[in-house]
Amino acid sequence: MSLDLSEALQTFYAESRGLLQEMEESLLRLESAPADTESINAVFRAAHTIKGSSGLFGLDDIVAFTHKAENVLDRVRNNELPLNEELIGLLLGCRDHIERLVDIASDNAEMDSDTRVQGEALAARLSQCMGESAATLPVETGSPLESVGGGQMAGDVWHISLRFGQDVLKDGMDPLSFIRYLATLGEIRHLTTLTDALPDAAGMDPECCYLGFEISLNSDADKARIESVFEFVRDDCQLRILAPGSRAADFINLITALPEDKSRLGEMLVACGAVTQRELDESLAAQECESARQKNVQPLGEILVKRQIVQPELVDAALIKQKEVRLRQSQEARYIRVHADKLDELINLVGELVIASAGAGLLAQRQGDGAMQEATALMSRLVDEIRDGALRLRMVPIGETFSRFQRVVRDVSKELGKDIELVITGAETELDKSVVEKIGDPLTHLVRNSMDHGIESAEVRAASGKPVKGKLRLNAYHDSGSIVIEVGDDGGGLNKDRILKKAIERGIVGPNQNLSDREIYNLIFEAGFSTADQVSNLSGRGVGMDVVRRNIEALRGMVELDSTPGEGTTVRIRLPLTLAIIDGFLVGVGDAAYVVPLEMVLECVELSDADRQALTQRAYINLRGEVLPFVRLHDHFEVAGKGSRRENIVVVQYGGRKAGLVVDRLMGEFQTVIKPLGKMFSRVKGISGSTILGTGEVALILDVQALIQQAAERERAAA
Amino acid sequence: MEIRSERHEACLRLYPSGEMTIYSAAELKPALLHALGQSDEIEIDLGDISEIDTSGVQLLMLMKREAAVAGKALKLAGHSPAVLEVFELLGLGNWFGDPQLLPADAGKTRRVA
Repeated sequence: MSLDLSEALQTFYAESRGLLQEMEESLLRLESAPADTESINAVFRAAHTIKGSSGLFGLDDIVAFTHKAENVLDRVRNNELPLNEELIGLLLGCRDHIERLVDIASDNAEMDSDTRVQGEALAARLSQCMGESAATLPVETGSPLESVGGGQMAGDVWHISLRFGQDVLKDGMDPLSFIRYLATLGEIRHLTTLTDALPDAAGMDPECCYLGFEISLNSDADKARIESVFEFVRDDCQLRILAPGSRAADFINLITALPEDKSRLGEMLVACGAVTQRELDESLAAQECESARQKNVQPLGEILVKRQIVQPELVDAALIKQKEVRLRQSQEARYIRVHADKLDELINLVGELVIASAGAGLLAQRQGDGAMQEATALMSRLVDEIRDGALRLRMVPIGETFSRFQRVVRDVSKELGKDIELVITGAETELDKSVVEKIGDPLTHLVRNSMDHGIESAEVRAASGKPVKGKLRLNAYHDSGSIVIEVGDDGGGLNKDRILKKAIERGIVGPNQNLSDREIYNLIFEAGFSTADQVSNLSGRGVGMDVVRRNIEALRGMVELDSTPGEGTTVRIRLPLTLAIIDGFLVGVGDAAYVVPLEMVLECVELSDADRQALTQRAYINLRGEVLPFVRLHDHFEVAGKGSRRENIVVVQYGGRKAGLVVDRLMGEFQTVIKPLGKMFSRVKGISGSTILGTGEVALILDVQALIQQAAERERAAA
Repeated sequence: MEIRSERHEACLRLYPSGEMTIYSAAELKPALLHALGQSDEIEIDLGDISEIDTSGVQLLMLMKREAAVAGKALKLAGHSPAVLEVFELLGLGNWFGDPQLLPADAGKTRRVA
């Protein structure tokens, strides 16, 4: 296989997956609105495109199977087959199967027997759908364009409107002979002779032709063929050939199925055979002529309809298609597919650039060269912008991840026999692509958990006066430098007493420990904890919530849970927006520098002498009437030597909690490229990574979350 | 072109013959129109028309219309096979509203007295 083809194949796989995703969304939409023709068309288009493209690459398995699905979809589209829940289920199954086939093709693997059996089963159900009436369906030809000219559709009545020029008789041509010839193309169902143009007796030239004809022709011929009948009088007559009513529907289908290289209305109509090239040329000429005379140009579509060349519905369909194509084209122009590795490489380089520019800035400052400092300042500003831009490249809206759950919710609620609706908000919230990729699994777990344990069965809900339909919410928003993802349900809420009892049983908490509601709820994230009375195959085996927490913590995030008995539970995941570069706030403790993520810094205040005196007795200060626990970094990191005489408190906030970090020096903002710490340091609490300063020194990045927790614990212990 | 005509009481019966085509149209028009002026009731016997084309059809239509305008009655009768073929092709039977007789066999027309 040549390189080009394999690249094209990759594009095909990517596009197919996109189309399958679209197909799934449309099918799910159809479940609630079965009459939504837009969605039906979208599903059909997706199947059709995949079939066409896979044919191009010789992926016969995909072609064969998709073809069967497409046939059924075609019948649905033509309202020959009612779209019920069962059929949607079948089509979803087909979609999954196509996805598997695409995966198999992209892995260069052979189809295993399971997949084959599954495919055959689906195919059998599909042909069942086609039923007895399948025999009467038009035989699918390779190209939809052929089906018009191919002649399987007997009984199409064309409408031909004919006005001969006055001179045809003198030119030796008899309109009758043309009509006779026309009759050889099919059966003239009806012919009306029009005499409106016949002048009064005195004015009538017997050698002129005044007659007009309206002809209904039952013919399988296509438009161009019919037009050719009148070839010899083409210049001497007005000819309008209007497609049969059934053809109009075909044309509309053809227009929607047209390849997207035709973006002009006229081209589109000619390509599908609704308008002949000649008609188009004439109409365009008329348009030009018109526009020469007056300023406002009549659109081609209007001209075509006015000249009775096509039905208005056809022009509408073509216009809609045109709009779609333009939209697609403009979207294509706006997006380029870039390999993720290239992006990562770019981000790495930008990281290095940030460090290098900090170094250059520092040197310039030391040398005291004004011009040099100015130059480096300008450079660092540009580097800032490059950094932001590069990071933005990796930001993707979370909506894509969310919408995948439509399917999960549908399938799981079927499995559980519960009626559950998924409500998505904040889908446009952006976060780093690498985070999006890793958040899928924990989210799936939480969603399943909510559906299984959170939302009660319909009977219980009805008994407690709730709407029978359960509601699952997925929400996302930005909050102080992190993204918050919420999974909420309107179920029964957590049973506090049972959790506490279990936790004491398992020895996770001591029997006399005094815990807040929130702390009790969050116990379910502890390892080996499960309160489900029954273990289902979805969740409840006690592995899960702790895995969720581990996964999220690996992303430098945190997870917490809120629950109100009888009203529901909300799990809140808090994640950093990006994993690579942050704005940091540089502080000094002893000789070393530390970085606090700038988004978490609320304010800096000087530690008053009075508070310093009290340091030994209590680990909190009075910040404008608020109790603020703090951590003295000097003590925490066991830095040798006495702290500076004037210490400062950096007030930080995370996850709705505030704490103070007592530091020796405030050193200002600093762009921080996060470098992971080695495995050796994974156990060190309060440090989340490292970075390199302009001087080449290493600064540690503080794990504010862990520090706040520590501060809070110390406060509690002291209390 | 001379059109043989016969008068039956109030009705003037015309017997055009031969071709009713573009070649004879120029002569036929004044002749037919002239005949229209002669009587309030006119019958055109088409039994001897061997060929008819658009111009011929047009003339017949003109006659019919002119007669209607003038409040006269114009009937077509004895359609020859050539005329019948064209009338059928153009769906003109109803337009003229005259009883047409289908040929019993090719080339011959049965006439009803």
